[in-house]
Amino acid sequence: MSVFWLVLIVFAIAAVAYVLSRARAMKSAEGDSRKLHSLPHFYAANGALSAAVPALLVLAIWLLAQPSVINSSVARVIPDHVLEQSGSLDLVMSDVRRVADGLDEAVRQGAMTNAEADDVRAGLTDVRRRLGDVGVALGSDVRPEVLYAAQRYRALNSTGALLRNIVVILIALVGFVLSYSRTHKDFRARNVVEKGIKVLLMAAASLAILTTVGIVLSMLFETVNFFKLHNWRDFFFGTTWAPNFRGDSELSILPLLWGTLYISIIALLVAVPIGLFAAIYLSEYAGPKVRAFAKPLLEILAGIPTIVYGLFALLTVGPLLLNIFGAEGLLGVGWMGGATSVLTAGIVMGIMLIPFVSSLSDDIINSVPQSMRDGSLGLGATKSETIRQVVIPAALPGIVGAILLAASRAIGETMIVVMGAGAIAKFSLNPLETMTTITTRIVSQLTGDGDFSSPETLVAFALGLTLFVLTLGLNVLALYIVRKYREQYE
Amino acid sequence: MTDASIPKASTLLRPDARTKKRNASEARFRFYGMVAIGIGLTMLLVLMFTILTKGVGAFQQTFITLQVELLENKLDKTGARDLELIKKVSTFGYAPLIAGGFNKVVADTGIQTTLKPKDQSGILSKSAPAQLRDYVLNDPDQIGKTIEFEFLANSRVDGYLKGRVTRESIANDKNISVEQLDFVDQLKQAGVLKKRFNMDFILGADASDQRPEAAGMGVAMAGSFFMMLVVLALALPIGVAASIYLEEFAAKNWITDIIEVNISNLAAVPSIVFGILGLAVFINYMHLPQSAPLVGGLVLTLMTLPTIIISTRASLKAVPPSIRDAALGLGASKMQSVFHHVLPLAAPGILTGTIIGLAQALGETAPLLLIGMIGFIASNAPGGISEGLLSPNSAMPAQIYEWAKRADPAFYERAWGGIIILLVFLVTMNTIAVILRRRFERRW
Repeated sequence: MSVFWLVLIVFAIAAVAYVLSRARAMKSAEGDSRKLHSLPHFYAANGALSAAVPALLVLAIWLLAQPSVINSSVARVIPDHVLEQSGSLDLVMSDVRRVADGLDEAVRQGAMTNAEADDVRAGLTDVRRRLGDVGVALGSDVRPEVLYAAQRYRALNSTGALLRNIVVILIALVGFVLSYSRTHKDFRARNVVEKGIKVLLMAAASLAILTTVGIVLSMLFETVNFFKLHNWRDFFFGTTWAPNFRGDSELSILPLLWGTLYISIIALLVAVPIGLFAAIYLSEYAGPKVRAFAKPLLEILAGIPTIVYGLFALLTVGPLLLNIFGAEGLLGVGWMGGATSVLTAGIVMGIMLIPFVSSLSDDIINSVPQSMRDGSLGLGATKSETIRQVVIPAALPGIVGAILLAASRAIGETMIVVMGAGAIAKFSLNPLETMTTITTRIVSQLTGDGDFSSPETLVAFALGLTLFVLTLGLNVLALYIVRKYREQYE
Repeated sequence: MTDASIPKASTLLRPDARTKKRNASEARFRFYGMVAIGIGLTMLLVLMFTILTKGVGAFQQTFITLQVELLENKLDKTGARDLELIKKVSTFGYAPLIAGGFNKVVADTGIQTTLKPKDQSGILSKSAPAQLRDYVLNDPDQIGKTIEFEFLANSRVDGYLKGRVTRESIANDKNISVEQLDFVDQLKQAGVLKKRFNMDFILGADASDQRPEAAGMGVAMAGSFFMMLVVLALALPIGVAASIYLEEFAAKNWITDIIEVNISNLAAVPSIVFGILGLAVFINYMHLPQSAPLVGGLVLTLMTLPTIIISTRASLKAVPPSIRDAALGLGASKMQSVFHHVLPLAAPGILTGTIIGLAQALGETAPLLLIGMIGFIASNAPGGISEGLLSPNSAMPAQIYEWAKRADPAFYERAWGGIIILLVFLVTMNTIAVILRRRFERRW
C-alpha cells in the first residue's frame, strides 16, 4: 500500500468522522441546533481534524525519519572488511540500495518471486546477470555481504511500511473515537477547532524557519565532511582551483571568488548608472504618461527568466564581442579567444539588474519628502541641482541598500555565468578572458555522476555555504540600511 | 556717483553666463536620464527582436513527401500480418523502401542527378526509417500498398532552406555535400520538398544530438506542467496559511520577528542554494527519484513560498480594519472574521501574487540542474499523474539549456524557439494576473 493510498484512507476516516460527529452533536441536542454550544459544522470539523491531523503529522515524521533509521540499522550488518575495501560507508550503502532496487524491479517484472528475492545467495546464482535480465545494470559483481545487506534493507523497508500503515491508521481511528466520544451539546467545539486551526497556521509560518534550517544543516553536514577530507586552509587561502576526479585536487575558493566578484562589478558598472539615472528621470522628470509607459516596460526585463539572458550571452553578446575584440574582429587586436568571457557575462547580467536597481531606487527617491525639494527649489536651485545636492544625499542610504541587494543578486546568479562566463579558474584582470564563478563550479561539481564521498563533489557544498553566507550578509546589511533610512522620514 | 559703479545689469530677459551654464547642466542631467531609459528600453527591444528572429525558424520544418511502396516481401515475408514478426524487421529493413521512394521521384519528375541512392536518402533525417517503421507497426494493413509519406528532412537541408547553411559553409561538413544541395534545389522546384509549420516542435519529445530536426518541447512542457501542479498544490495553501498567521494572529514577539526576517531573507537566497537543498534532502536523504518533476516541484515550492507570502500579506493588509471590526461586532470569532470576510476580499490579490510566483518558478533553471533534470532524453509523454510526477522528465527551461549546450547550431534555433514557447506561457500568466488585478482590485 503506497503512501498515496494511506493518505486517502486517512481522509476517508476523517470524512466519516465529519458526518458521524455532526450527527451525534445534533442528536445530543435533540435535533435543535440552538441548544448546541457551537454551530453543528464545528463539531463535524472537530471530528475530522482530530482524525486527520495527528495521523498525517505522524506520517510526515515517519517518512522523514525512516530512511535514516533503516540506513543505520543496515550499516551495522556490513562487516568491517567490506568497508575497508571500498573506502567509505556511503559507497557501500549506495551499492546496497542499487541491489535492493534491482531485486524490487525483478519481483515487479516477475523474474523472481518475493521469497526468491529474499533467499538468493551470491555464491549460488549470478545475481548480477539475473538483475541484468530485468534491465538493472550493476557496475560490478554483487558481493555476498552487500546482497545480504540489500535483502535486509528490503525486509526492513517492507516491515517499516507495514508498521507505518498500521500506526497511522490506528492514530486516525483513535483520534476519531476520542473526538466522537467528547462530542456533546455542551462541548465547546468552536474554541477547540479554532485553536487547532491556529496551530496549523502557525506551523505553516514556521515552515520558513524549517527551510532555512534545512538549507544550513544540509550544507553544513557535507561541508564538515569535506573539511575532513580536505585541508580548510587550502580551501580558503589556496590559489589554485584544479579538481581532479582521480583525487589529490587543489580546491581553493579564492580564484572562484575573484571571478564572481569581477563579473559582479562589471554587472554593477552597467546596471547602477543606467538604473539610477532611469529612476531619477522616472521619479523627478517624467510626466505620468511616460512613467506609466516606461516603468512597466523596464520591469519586463526583471521578469525574463535567467535562462533567456544566458542564451543571449552565449549566442548573441559573446559572438558580438568576439567580432570586435577577437583575432579576426573589427579591431583586429585578438584580445579575445572565445565567446565566453567576464565581459560577456557582466554586460548581460548588468542588463538583467537594471530594473532591479531602478525600481528600488525609484521607491526610495519617491519617499524623500516633497518639502525638501520645495525648500531647495524655493532657494533658487535648478531641478538637477536639487536632485544632486538634496534628493540624492537624502536618499543615499536607501540607494546604497538597493545596490547591495543588486550585488547579492549578481553574486548568486547562475544561468548567465554558466552559459556566458566560461570554466577556467584564474586570477586575471583582463575582462575579455574566460573566468569562472562559485555558482558555475557548484553546477559543474554536482551534475553528472559524482559520488558523495569524494572531496571533488563535496566541495560544492562548501562553496554553496560560502555563497549562502555571502549573499545573506549582503541582504541583511542592505535591509538594515534601508529600514534605518525609512525610519528617518516616517 | 557715476554709472560705472553700478554692476552690469543682469536682467531676467538676458541670462548671464553662470545661469546659462546652470541651465546647460540642467539640460544635460535631464538628457542623461532620458538616455538611461532609452538604453534600458533598447535592450528590451534588442532582446525581444533577437528571440523572435532567431526562434521563429524553429516552428517551421522542411519535409519531403515520397511515394513509398511497402513491399510485402521485405516487411512481412509470411504474409500473416503477425505484429511480432513485423517488429523483427529493424529500421535497416526500411531504408531500401525509402531509397525506392527516391527512385520513383527521380523517375517521375525527370531530375538529373548523379547521386547514389544512399546519398539521396542522406538528405532525410536519421529518424526517417524509424518514422516509417512506427507508421507500419501502427497500421500493418498498409503493407503491400504504396503510400504517400512525409519524411523529416535532415537539419542541414532544413538549415539550407532557412539560410543558415550555405554552399560555402559546408565545405568541411561530412553530413552533406554540394551535390546533395543541388538535389535539394531540384526537389524543391518539383514541389516534393516543402517547408511547413511543425507541430512536432511544440508537442513532440526531445531527440538525440544527431537529429536536431526531430527535437520538440512537448515532453518537457509536460514536466513543467507537473512541477507547477506540485507548486500550486503546496505553495498556495501553505503560503496563504502562513500569511494569515503572520498578518492576523501573530503576537508581536521575538518569534514572529525571526519568522519575518527569515522570510524576507529567504526571498533573496540565490536559487541555486535551493537546488543544493533539494539534492541533499529530497534525493540524497529521502531517496526520492532523481529527475522527477515531484522533486523539482518541491524545490520550486520552497523557492516561491516567500514570494507568495509577501504578496499575500500585502493583500491581507489592504483589507481595511473596519471589515474585521464589523464582523467581530456581530459576534464572529476572530477566525470567522478572517475566513469569512478578510480572506475572500483579499482573494484577487492573493491569486495575482500566486500566478506571478508560478511564472517565476516556471522560468527557473538553476535548481533543476542540480536535481538532475538535464542530460537525458525524455522520449515519452507521461501517461498518468503518478508517472508524470515520479518518472524522470525535463522541464522547459532545462530543455532549452540542454539544447544550448549541444554542438550542432541547428539546436540553437530550437533553443530560441523554446524560449518563445516559454515566454508565451509567462506573458499569458502575467496578463491574467494583470487582468485579475485590474478587474477585482478594490480601493478602500
